[in-house]
Amino acid sequence: MSAAATKIIQPLPLNSTTTNRSPHKALFNPLKATPISSFPASTRKLRLTKPNSPHARRRSTSIFAVSDVVQEKKPTSNTFFPNLLITKEEGLELYEDMILGRSFEDMCAQMYYRGKMFGFVHLYNGQEAVSAGFIKLLKNEDCVVSTYRDHVHALSKGVPARAVMSELFGKTTGCCRGQGGSMHMFSKEHNVLGGFAFIGEGIPVATGAAFTSKYRREVLKEGDCDHVTLAFFGDGTCNNGQFFECLNMAALWKLPIVFVVENNLWAIGMSHLRATSDPEIWKKGPAFGIPGVHVDGMDVLKVREVAKEAITRARRGEGPTLVECETYRFRGHSLADPDELRDASEKAHYAARDPITALKKYMVENNLASEAELKVIEKKIDEVVEEAVEFADSSPLPGRSQLLENVFADPRGFGIGPDGKYRCEDPKFTEGTAHV
Amino acid sequence: MWGIIRQKVGAGGFPVPILEQSLPRLRPAVSAWRRYSSAAKEMTVRDALNSALDEEMSADPKVFLMGEEVGEYQGAYKISKGLLEKYGPDRVLDTPITEAGFAGIGVGAAYYGLRPIVEFMTFNFSMQAIDHIINSAAKSNYMSAGQINVPIVFRGPNGAAAGVGAQHSQCYAAWFGACPGLKVLAPYSSEDARGLLKAAIRDPDPVVFLENELLYGESFPISAEALDSSFCLPIGKAKIEREGKDVTITAFSKMVGYALKAAEILAKEGISAERFVTKQVINLRSIRPLDTATINASVRKTNRLVTVEEGFPQHGVGAEICTSVIEESFIYLDAPVERIAGADVPMPYAANLERMAVPQVEDIVCAVKRACYRSVPMTATA
Repeated sequence: MSAAATKIIQPLPLNSTTTNRSPHKALFNPLKATPISSFPASTRKLRLTKPNSPHARRRSTSIFAVSDVVQEKKPTSNTFFPNLLITKEEGLELYEDMILGRSFEDMCAQMYYRGKMFGFVHLYNGQEAVSAGFIKLLKNEDCVVSTYRDHVHALSKGVPARAVMSELFGKTTGCCRGQGGSMHMFSKEHNVLGGFAFIGEGIPVATGAAFTSKYRREVLKEGDCDHVTLAFFGDGTCNNGQFFECLNMAALWKLPIVFVVENNLWAIGMSHLRATSDPEIWKKGPAFGIPGVHVDGMDVLKVREVAKEAITRARRGEGPTLVECETYRFRGHSLADPDELRDASEKAHYAARDPITALKKYMVENNLASEAELKVIEKKIDEVVEEAVEFADSSPLPGRSQLLENVFADPRGFGIGPDGKYRCEDPKFTEGTAHV
Repeated sequence: MWGIIRQKVGAGGFPVPILEQSLPRLRPAVSAWRRYSSAAKEMTVRDALNSALDEEMSADPKVFLMGEEVGEYQGAYKISKGLLEKYGPDRVLDTPITEAGFAGIGVGAAYYGLRPIVEFMTFNFSMQAIDHIINSAAKSNYMSAGQINVPIVFRGPNGAAAGVGAQHSQCYAAWFGACPGLKVLAPYSSEDARGLLKAAIRDPDPVVFLENELLYGESFPISAEALDSSFCLPIGKAKIEREGKDVTITAFSKMVGYALKAAEILAKEGISAERFVTKQVINLRSIRPLDTATINASVRKTNRLVTVEEGFPQHGVGAEICTSVIEESFIYLDAPVERIAGADVPMPYAANLERMAVPQVEDIVCAVKRACYRSVPMTATA
């Protein structure tokens, strides 16, 4: 059904238009644009959806996703790749990460229905391939910015399961001491910059972190600073103004960022096809001069290959990439969502493409690991999650004084003087002059 | 002599020589029309802000400025004049017209270690970015339990200018002042502008810095201390601009000037009326944290309060001050608190209507008289 050509659309090379007006050599010169380098990924691995495909225009009764790929590609066969894509260690790492994500989210559901967790909880079941595929390629200093569906992003990045579980229980031992909650996972140590409830809010923040990385390399002369930022967001966000504003600025300033769209086709109850004039999100990248890639987000190996290229591209300073991962969430939008609008056959279709089962099958068939080894991992993760729940359960609630803490980093206004007292308590300050 | 050199250099478009930090001497007068006076130096608010930005950018390479027209246009109101030439386009960034996008980029950069200054051409445009100011900047230190602080400054002109119409004239002090996690500053004089902007840039929390377009060109005397490159003012402390003992007037930004003028008028009238009405004018400087201690101490001394602001009256800064005084110093009040604010309408365009929509000096004088004469028998007045 889909065209035999499987190239991605490259943005048209932009000509160097006007000369540099500023007398200084500009590092961020918006006037001079360089042609985008060709996307180094092997074109065989990437899919192109046929534009104006009748499937793409079907309304919400459509069973299949935007991409035609779904129909023809078997989920687990890797006949295109005669050589294995991963080593055993990498495979086990990916498997463990996805199992952790799945078990953790399942446990969250259990705990929610038992009343231990409350408020808004958005689970990631089914989308683990995207998180594992991308985040496991990052260094600790690289940043991840996410939305409210952020538990698994935090876990993949390295935040301990017990810290995340305590945070969800609202206990003081949580990664944000219980003050953030499900939707606001922050970890400075692991460079998880949130956790945002507003869709589209994380995209400019991620672009800013990428900006910092570039600034540090070029202005502060930290030559080895090649930190990459990943921004995760959904299909609904791709209609939001901030998304486009940041595609523009990231391309303009060639920031080291990868925009990862987790297109799970539904924004609460709004089907992506009903909300979007052109549902093929990866096509929006080339409009700004950014390569756009579409990948099967239920296959962790494919995601990982694309991620490798995109992250390497960013690290080399070649600028941003827009990656659309076609994926699916097995549960509702949140635990409060009755999930009545989605077709049972659609759910069944994607359930058959469960990324965890797919990876398991791949590893066993290619003799990377035995069933027994994988079972050992599953058991280990079960214990980790159980321990996390016990830890969270037994942790204390925040104390009363914690209510007013941490509103400001410097609560008294301006700084502490050399004598250790707050400057604004110096009596001379009311006279309107002060020495620092 | 310095003034003349500066004028020439400024006109020629060369990089403007900024204060050398090695010289603790006085900075020359800036306005081309001032005589070079050896007594008090004067400085416009615009130059005060420019010098503060310059000094902070040169002191810390992590500080950078971004906004619309801050670079090649030298600043929409010329506040960032000369900075592009001095620091280059990596540190003075001209952004596309995308407030939400670039405010968010500033916040993200602050999360990850830089110290951005985001300029809004006017604070009316900050409404396009208000999600980032409040949700990702103000609330982050709290949501992350202190892990991620946001050392960002959002600055720009606030409030009414002259004849710019409803969508360019709103005062945002009350809106931003209501949010925990933000520090909101409103300078009046050049000394305020310099000291508070430097404090804001050095502060580890998000600061909303509300300037005023009509004050940019006004000159104020400035002390040698204030010209020093390490000069800072504390955030959260109000200044008593003028001592008095009969009524307390609180104001911020442009209204401080009006309040001082009203004080002059009343002082003259008071002399002729046998009753010397002196007003204690408090320049709030900091809307959040509000210096309720200074305000209450003043009210306990004078027993009367008039609050002045330019913004809309409902839920305004004056409403907050009045209530806080009632809560803390009720028994000290001799008269009901008076609240002067802008008219409760979107700003009209016609010049006479605009004048009616913003508090004028006469309004302040009337309010003070109302507050003072309540407890004074009518026969005592002239």
